[in-house]
Amino acid sequence: MKTSSPLKWLLSREGLYYLALALLLAVILPLALDPFRLNMVGKYLTYAFVAIGLVMCWGKAGILSLGQGVFFGLGGYCMAMFLKLEASTPEATAHQSTPGIPDFMDWNQVTELPWFWQPFHSFSFTLMAVLLVPGLLAFIIGVAMFKRRVSGVYFAIITQAIASILTILIIGQQGYTGGVNGITDLQTLMGWSIRTDEAKTTLYFVAVAVLFLCLLVARWVDHSKFGRILLAMRDQENRVRFSGYDVAAFKIFIFCLAAMFAGIGGALFTLQVGFMSPSFVGIVPSIEMVVFCALGGRYSLLGGVYGALLVNAAKSGFSESFPELWPYAMGALFIGVVLAFPNGLAGLYRRYVMPLEDRLLRGKKTPAAAPKETTARRDDEALPDHLSVEKP
Amino acid sequence: MFADYSSTELLSIFAMQGFAGLSLFSVFVLMAMGLAIIFGQMGVINMAHGEFMILGAYTTYLTSQFFQTYMPGLFAGYFFVAMVLAFLISGALGAFVEWAMVRHLYRRPLDTLLATWGLSLIMQQAYRSIFGAREVGVELPDWMMGAFQVSDLVQLPVNGLFVMIIALSIALAVYLLMFRSGWGRKVRAVVQNRPMAEAVGINTAGVDRATFALGCGIAGVAGSAFTMIGSTGPSSGQAYIVDTFLVVVFGGAQSLIGTIVSAFSISQAQSTMEFFLSGSMAKVLTLLTVVIILMLRPEGLMALKIRR
Repeated sequence: MKTSSPLKWLLSREGLYYLALALLLAVILPLALDPFRLNMVGKYLTYAFVAIGLVMCWGKAGILSLGQGVFFGLGGYCMAMFLKLEASTPEATAHQSTPGIPDFMDWNQVTELPWFWQPFHSFSFTLMAVLLVPGLLAFIIGVAMFKRRVSGVYFAIITQAIASILTILIIGQQGYTGGVNGITDLQTLMGWSIRTDEAKTTLYFVAVAVLFLCLLVARWVDHSKFGRILLAMRDQENRVRFSGYDVAAFKIFIFCLAAMFAGIGGALFTLQVGFMSPSFVGIVPSIEMVVFCALGGRYSLLGGVYGALLVNAAKSGFSESFPELWPYAMGALFIGVVLAFPNGLAGLYRRYVMPLEDRLLRGKKTPAAAPKETTARRDDEALPDHLSVEKP
Repeated sequence: MFADYSSTELLSIFAMQGFAGLSLFSVFVLMAMGLAIIFGQMGVINMAHGEFMILGAYTTYLTSQFFQTYMPGLFAGYFFVAMVLAFLISGALGAFVEWAMVRHLYRRPLDTLLATWGLSLIMQQAYRSIFGAREVGVELPDWMMGAFQVSDLVQLPVNGLFVMIIALSIALAVYLLMFRSGWGRKVRAVVQNRPMAEAVGINTAGVDRATFALGCGIAGVAGSAFTMIGSTGPSSGQAYIVDTFLVVVFGGAQSLIGTIVSAFSISQAQSTMEFFLSGSMAKVLTLLTVVIILMLRPEGLMALKIRR
């Protein structure tokens, strides 16, 4: 498909979906919710970054990573280390036996700031680390695995093992990482308190803006020639390889991209919530992140965003009123989404709502009615035939 | 890390930790045998495997309660009844799950993984509602108490030894069933070439269901044995599932001997390092080594040579 100008794209049907999401996140929700609830939505939005990454990596390229929590956590920890150092000024920690280091280090008889904490005094280094640390780890994993053509369930199991390793490591090395409690008690960002309602609302809008930036990057990658190769690779890997493409390189790139998105999400999570702990890193959170993406629709970027919002909202809702029922609901969600509607909400939307839209648009003949071919491409690809037609 | 110890001390440390690691080895072998059938032979990822194991453990717990209350005279032998019951109950549930869920997903292994994870969440919560969040333990019959004194430093508890014998006999049984019986031949035929197997008259759907049920049944027996050496909680199964998958993958998914060798090396490495490092670092190093070896050699220790 060709988009001649950004404006024209915005008025196409796909563009309108993006506008609708922007309207929902930037106007409707802030007006409708009080700051506390808005902050919660902001927290859910940070998971949407992971979901977008998973749509690219799992939906488009067929690589299921069960270790996205690792990258989310690394991004989050990078940001938390910066904030913690800022909170641990020698004045604020004067009562410690070693002033000027984070409190949990002092409790664990660490007397000197470890070397890997040192660079996190700098904000620009931290911002780079949020992107590069997850990206670099993903690159190493990707090179090691994809060059040797490890794929499918093996890749999933190994990423899961990595999530497990990182969690054990963080919990075990209490003096350097804050252990099971994580890095807590974060107060200010460059002297600006992140605890006030205004700060949280501002951070919410920052998250929305960055989310759209990531969405557009993902969409751009998806619609480029690169995206076509990813799809081809997912469906017929060997044919792509025999056509002369370096399949491993493409997989490494998309895995790194997904990891960086997750890292950004983690950093924003730390800012919104004010702490980071290993409970967002391990096996269970990582696999939950996959369900955000699966519920929204594994082939749809916007679906991923809605999936993350809905699952998390449901989780909070259930945990408030019926905490025992939530695991059942979550389990049923996993099973239902896989067995009954593998294309998620986006698939349902395409099947049931889009025809209605078509009829409405055709009936009224509004100028916004997009030419058929602009939307057709996504529709066809969203339902690969081996998934939509099931033969026992 | 070895510098502080003399060579005789080191030797007895290795011996002591080696025997301690045998208990972990038994757990790995017990869990991995069911997985070796379901994952190794069928290629299906069953994330609820740990929960099937815990189902067997709770069955054993209930059986022991029943014997204690109604037949205290026969208490010494309750364990054998419990093992059979655990096999039947877990196997029946496995057959049901295969029928309701897994058979629709054979072409989508990644989706099986997610669906069985959902199942495991539901089963865990069900255990929590029925048996409570606290761990339960069974009372051991008298003959399982006590220990053999092997040397001054090393003693072998009877229950640990018993569990290891069960683990190894299950492994032997699985080997005979898969590689020396007609049924095992059918299973392998279906795995290697489904259309051809169908063409020669094998009921492939039936074989699938029986294989899955058998794997789950073995998980149940494993859980039953597990109660002899540890207590059982709703999420005990999940604690081992990733490690066990690594054991199976590390050994080479289709090789039973490979699975046992990898279970042995992983458990021994972890147990030996635990003496010198903290428990968590020992685990981190072991898992990391396994992951790195798998990256260098993705087909595992003992790979089946087949043309792909």
